[in-house]
Amino acid sequence: MINWSVILGIAKTHLVTKMKSTVTATLGVTFGIGAYITLVSFMTGLNGMLDDLVLNQTPHIHMYNEIRPSETQPISRYQEFKDAMNFVHSIKPKQNQEKIHNALPILSYLKKHPNVRGATPQLRAQIFYLSGSIELGGNLVGVDIIEEVRLSNIQDNIVEGTPEALKNNTNGILLGAGLAEKMSLSIGDRVQISTVAGDIFPLKIVGIYQSGIAEIDNVQSFANLNTVQRILGESENYVTDINIKLLNIAESEPMARSLEKQFNVKAVDINEANAQFETGSNIRNLITYAVSITLLIVAGFGIYNILNMLIYEKMKDIAILKATGFSGKDVQYIFMAQAILIGILGGFLGLLIGFGLSHLIDNTPFETDALPTITTYPVNFNGTYYFIGIAFALISTFVAGYLPSNRAKKIDPVKIIRGT
Amino acid sequence: MNLVLEAKNINKHFHKPKDFHVLKNISFGVKQGEFASIMGKSGSGKSTLLYILSTMDTDYTGELSINNQLVTGKSQRELSQIRNKNIGFVFQFHYLLSEFSVLENVMLPAKKLAEKSHAEIEKDAHRKLEMLHIGHLAHQRASRISGGEKQRVAIARALINDPTILMGDEPTGNLDSHNSENVFNIFKNLKEEQGLSLLVVTHDEDFAKRTDRIIQMEDGMIIGH
Repeated sequence: MINWSVILGIAKTHLVTKMKSTVTATLGVTFGIGAYITLVSFMTGLNGMLDDLVLNQTPHIHMYNEIRPSETQPISRYQEFKDAMNFVHSIKPKQNQEKIHNALPILSYLKKHPNVRGATPQLRAQIFYLSGSIELGGNLVGVDIIEEVRLSNIQDNIVEGTPEALKNNTNGILLGAGLAEKMSLSIGDRVQISTVAGDIFPLKIVGIYQSGIAEIDNVQSFANLNTVQRILGESENYVTDINIKLLNIAESEPMARSLEKQFNVKAVDINEANAQFETGSNIRNLITYAVSITLLIVAGFGIYNILNMLIYEKMKDIAILKATGFSGKDVQYIFMAQAILIGILGGFLGLLIGFGLSHLIDNTPFETDALPTITTYPVNFNGTYYFIGIAFALISTFVAGYLPSNRAKKIDPVKIIRGT
Repeated sequence: MNLVLEAKNINKHFHKPKDFHVLKNISFGVKQGEFASIMGKSGSGKSTLLYILSTMDTDYTGELSINNQLVTGKSQRELSQIRNKNIGFVFQFHYLLSEFSVLENVMLPAKKLAEKSHAEIEKDAHRKLEMLHIGHLAHQRASRISGGEKQRVAIARALINDPTILMGDEPTGNLDSHNSENVFNIFKNLKEEQGLSLLVVTHDEDFAKRTDRIIQMEDGMIIGH
């Protein structure tokens, strides 16, 4: 039979009369949890932003024709040399067209697929941007701009002009920001481009595209799909890439494999394309957790120390409680209750401080040319972290309280009272 | 007459630093309403015996019964309940909890017992304090009152659950003669007015002489009672 009101009453009196130790222990937990919340919110916010930066520009599945050597060389097919050892030197890539064969039927098949949110055709062309006598190498991507806006975050990256302006202008171009700067061009100007074959076309700049990744902004521009087809002198079914967005991203890998088999093209899924990026995120998360857990363990040791000292000071009280009929368990609960009260109080204060600091960081200006859409530091306000924080506060204080309280439970009252 | 406390063949050894037979075949009983004292020189084992009788020390052989109920071999949990309900204890030092008020100190064992409501316990505690003429101290901090007063608070605490027997380990050992007299009179009154059984270990011969019975101990044996 445990009388909680008595136990909590004694625990409360201990905490209140030892205000200094209580405050020290509580602040230990508060700072541990506060730092954890701040750190994890900021780090995951940052991770999320970087993920968006790269991942949102990557389609879930990217289909294209890859230039590569044939997997089976003709000689292997010749039955008479079946048992021979064949050496083929200087293997060249297989002569292959860049366009995806039967692109339009593939697109209409994909658009009917139940797991596909959308599929957009693209045409990548190697071109030169002409500025006076200077030729800048680069590429021009022909897109269905309205579909792209629906399926990707391209709209965020159009820093000047609108997607509609491109749609409405058959000779329009969304010029890469780096290119615009190099050639001192802005909206409304004309830019001349030259194909690899040497044909020159003037295009009107209807917008500026800035992805935040300089390597892309310095070479890449967008135009309408049929504009690029016309520039290259190709027909309407000439498409080099198909980008697919899925409803269920987890399906991307098996679906890429089946598309590869079905249409005999290369299909890269999002995880394959960004494997190294995942690794980076995971390691950053790992560091965040390592630092947070260290902070919480330090706080836990603080509580352990203070409770140990308290129990040492309260030896006689413990002995008398036991002499007057409190069991070892009761005494243990008295000290456990103190640890848990410190944990609850410190933990919730920590959540508040963590939230406050996160809010502060969230409102700190952070402007960089690389990230046109970001104005303040990114912070991830995710309830899960607050839950983990308070859970860890309770668990660590529980453990920190358990060990000393177990000692209190085992104190022999006779030894203390008789002073031996 | 009814025995409230009975010890049969109690033996105890101290194992450290070397084996020492501290209590040898102790058998005796305390009757209902009896005021008994245990006397003996230092090291005669009288305090050791008292702590065994109080159920706090369980490292012994033999049999101990309280209210005709065998307590030897019970779990620590049951023993603490027995202490809580049946045994009041007064020590040489008061051992009050210094952060709590006098009233709270007195109420604690009753709150642990939890047989009465908070209001009833508070009323009881006030009555016990009044009976010992320290009712006016009820709301003082336990650390702010004099030594004699503290000992009276400790007695009130020992009485709060209306125990079967009150045990004292030199309850007057730390008090001046005036306060000692006071404590003795309180004990005497408790016996006479409420029929409480008392068992007190003491060095004080004058104190012992005025009790109903003196149990004389020497070298771990009872040599006369």
